[in-house]
Formats: sequence, C-alpha cells, structure tokens
Amino acid sequence: MLAKFIFLYCALVIITTALLAVRFRNPVHSVLAVLVLFFHMAGLYLLLNAEFLAAVQIIVYAGAILVLYLFVVFLVNLRQEINIERFVANHNISIGISFLVFVMLMVGSRSFILGTHGKWTIDAIREVTHTKALGTEIFTSYILPFEIVALVLLVAVIGGILLAKQEGQGAVADRQERSGPLTEEERK
Amino acid sequence: MIPVSWYLTLSAILFCIGMYGFLTRRNVIIMFLCIELMLNAANLNFVAFSHYLTDLRGQVFTFFIIAVAASEAAIGLGIVVALYRNRQTVYSDEINELKG
Repeated sequence: MLAKFIFLYCALVIITTALLAVRFRNPVHSVLAVLVLFFHMAGLYLLLNAEFLAAVQIIVYAGAILVLYLFVVFLVNLRQEINIERFVANHNISIGISFLVFVMLMVGSRSFILGTHGKWTIDAIREVTHTKALGTEIFTSYILPFEIVALVLLVAVIGGILLAKQEGQGAVADRQERSGPLTEEERK
Repeated sequence: MIPVSWYLTLSAILFCIGMYGFLTRRNVIIMFLCIELMLNAANLNFVAFSHYLTDLRGQVFTFFIIAVAASEAAIGLGIVVALYRNRQTVYSDEINELKG
C-alpha cells in the first residue's frame, strides 16, 4: 500500500515536471524541472530495489549531465527566448504523432507477458548487497560491453573538446605565451 | 506489490512527452533535454523488467545507457556550442543550410 502511494507520488511529479520542462519558456527553468524529474526517477529506482542505479542516476544525471546542460544554456543564453515563439510552426501534427505513439505503446504493452525468471531474486541480492551483485554481473558476463563503453566515453571526451574548441585558439595560446616573462632582448 | 503495467504506462507517458518536446520545441538545447527524457523512460522500463524478472541484466544495460547518455550530452552540447559560434542561433528551424 505504501509502495503504491510512493509510486503514484513519483509518477505524478515525473509527469508534471516533464510537461513543465517541455512547456517552460525559459530554458533554465526547463533544466531545473528535469532536475526534479531525475530525483524522482531515482526514487522509483529505490522502489525497484536498485540502490546503486539510484545513486548513479543522481550523481551522473543530476550531478554531471544537467550541470553540463546548465553551462551551455548560460553560455548560449538568449534573452529573446522569453519573448519569441518557443514551438515550431505546425506543432499540432507533432502532438498527434506523439499521442498516436502513446496509444500504440499502450495497446502493445497490454499483450505483454513476463518471461522466465533469472537467479537474482531480492533475497539473493540482499545477501551480497546490490552494488556487489551488479559489479559481479558487469565484470564477469559483461566485461566486453564495459570496455566498449569506456571507449565510447573516450571518444566523447575527444569529440567534445574538438567540437567546442575555438578556431584560432592556437594563436591565442601563442600570444599568451609571448606575453609571459620578457626575454633579454625585449627588456632592452 | 505494484503491477508491472504501471511502470510500463509511466514509461510510455514519459517517452511520449519527450517525443512531443523533441518534435515541437525550436531550441536545440531543449530538444537534447527531451532526448534525455526518452532515455530515462527506456531506463525505467529496463529497471522495472529487471526487478520483475529477478535478473540483473536490465540494470547492467541501464548502467551502459547512462554512460552513453553522458557521452551523447557531451558531444551534442559541443555541437550546439560550435553551432552557436558559427551561426549565432540555437533554433532548429533557422538552421536550414542543407534544405533542398
């Protein structure tokens, strides 16, 4: 009963903040609404006995990704955003499409049957703690995908630096180096 | 015990809100934010199935999705910054260089 109440509360907040994030005029407000959404998503993970993922959700999503978004919003901040149209011209079609997708998903999920059960029951997880169980899975059965994800992150780091690098940054660095300590010739 | 269909419904609603935002908003940053909403809907499904099937595979997959979402945000926002530097706009309907 209590679990259902917590689920309904989290679901209500998630849906409300998602709608607000889409509707808000100011991008900063949108990002903050999504922040609230991520915290309640972590609450749902806790309800599903996934403590480690709840922590990762807060640390990575709320702590890192959203701060990155906030930085870019501030960097690219456009004052006129508050005054101009925030939706594309013919957005009624898009509402229709997303509603259609929702109906399709609901109809599809009605015929859903759960498959065979695995070995990690709640008691088995509780015995070795969730983080250790997840770590065992990742570092034994899924070690190759884990390494590939590491590679993906490396590519993202390099790509992010390359994309956001300023064009003539080499020249700027040169100038800064030259304006450092004066050489003997310059001092004369 | 919460029925698994509740999680499926919530996830479908969240996915469709994300899709609605992605299709309608003009601001590229908010469009990226809506992609995060959709990824979160998928994550919720994975974790719910992982719980109800008593199998950790779904949670491992969620872990990987979070890592990919982080790299996607870094690359995407790098593109937005480069775009703003070159075109002075972040509105998707003003970026029509390749439009035939």
